[in-house]
Amino acid sequence: MVGIIKEIYNYRDLIKELISKNLKLKYRRSVLGYLWSLLNPLGIMLVMVIVFSNIFRFDIEYYPVYLIIGQTMFNYMSVATSHSMYSVIENGPLIKKIFVPKYIFTFSKVTSDLVDYLLSMSAIVLVMIITKVPFSWNLLWVPIVSLELYIFCIGLGLLLAQASVFFRDIQYIYSVIITAWTYLTPIFYPDKILPEWLHFWVVRFNPMFMYIKSMRQCVIEQTHPDFKLMLVGLLFDILAIGIGGLLFKKNQSKFILYI
Amino acid sequence: MIEFSKYNGEEYIIDIENATVRFNMATESVDNIKEYFVKLVKRQLMFKEFFAIKDFSLKIKPGEAWGFVGTNGAGKSTLLKLISGILEPYKGKVVVNGTIAPLIELGAGFDMDLTARENIYLNGILLGHSKKFMSEHFDEIVEFAELWDFLDVPIKNYSSGMQARIAFAIATMVKPDILIVDEVLAVGDYKFQAKCQERMKAMLAEGTTLLLVSHNLDDIKRMCDHACWIDKGNIVMSGLVEEVCNNYMPELGENNE
Repeated sequence: MVGIIKEIYNYRDLIKELISKNLKLKYRRSVLGYLWSLLNPLGIMLVMVIVFSNIFRFDIEYYPVYLIIGQTMFNYMSVATSHSMYSVIENGPLIKKIFVPKYIFTFSKVTSDLVDYLLSMSAIVLVMIITKVPFSWNLLWVPIVSLELYIFCIGLGLLLAQASVFFRDIQYIYSVIITAWTYLTPIFYPDKILPEWLHFWVVRFNPMFMYIKSMRQCVIEQTHPDFKLMLVGLLFDILAIGIGGLLFKKNQSKFILYI
Repeated sequence: MIEFSKYNGEEYIIDIENATVRFNMATESVDNIKEYFVKLVKRQLMFKEFFAIKDFSLKIKPGEAWGFVGTNGAGKSTLLKLISGILEPYKGKVVVNGTIAPLIELGAGFDMDLTARENIYLNGILLGHSKKFMSEHFDEIVEFAELWDFLDVPIKNYSSGMQARIAFAIATMVKPDILIVDEVLAVGDYKFQAKCQERMKAMLAEGTTLLLVSHNLDDIKRMCDHACWIDKGNIVMSGLVEEVCNNYMPELGENNE
């Protein structure tokens, strides 16, 4: 573990360059550029607030903030992991010609999407101001909760990146999984409305539930996040990094034969 | 097993001992789950192995210049990939004591969507230079590649010759302990080839170890002092350049007839 952190530090220039490459390619030829990261979650939140305050009515305090938090965090997970799925294949031309630790590519993908996530955070602040959510010292928990989410995404990203090298069609399966996962995560509804048997599974085994709920606690309820929730989130981090990291490490010498 | 370390006065800069590179031709052509299950049901997932390099041993001393000859598919590129750490040996041992600048096949690790300027930075950093260092030497690279006018054009619009120029300029900007040149120069024009050979000569004089793959035996004779003739993943002959080339030449003639 210490060895890997040291290696990441040694490759910091490469990681920075890969991140700026990802961002450049993403926003090149788009007029509003980085502003999209802010406007996109705002727009989606607006649509969903209109839909859900008129069609289904949930009795949730500060619903726009409730919604945009779930939306932003889930979206980050889904985008970052889908991007990392291609991180190894996409950099095939580089991997074929120069020796580089291959997880660097997955790591920089998840990290460059984090830039988007942070920009979306300013959209959340904007909505907080508009809907008059009080600011409290508990907001200091936001980076810690975000870190938990980030680490989870790296672990899952590594798992998907190595699997997609051998099985390219995993992307189709994953998009189905993501759809199911979206509805199984209380993003736009309160977890209480889930039927009891489903509620049992979601609050125990859906890591996204842990991260989103912790975030809502420190932003909307202005308390510290439930420590039990944070601990379970951390366990999912360890699980994701453990499984993803081990499989990636085990299979990475074979990548070259498949890309 | 493959080991990399800094050069510390070892006798051999590259030491390959009984290395074997194995490909599994049956499963490596399957890259999706659907096909995997179809083949699993049809029982076609048998092991069909192919040895690109077989029980290969070679020791190279610092400062030597080795030319590799052999027909297409003989295993030359696989060998160079093995030395650069891109491929891992299935069996045997590879020890490399020094920094490597690999120029393997065309493109040398460029991202086609990025501009030449961005690729120069990315590629230099991939080779282990810092960003600051690249800024300092940027003009030098462009100067050598003679591409001042097209720096902000995506590299996919470049000809293969132009790409080779940039790749060579980046790789040889700093003196690496080992320079690997795998046919990349074949696409350059005559003038640029001469310029590259001149630079390689200068680097050899400073003690760089050169590994060169070329189908032009004159180039090999001009640049190298040793040569290795490879066929079907094995050494047919290795030693001084004149000797190997003189033995390889008649073989070429036979194949042409």
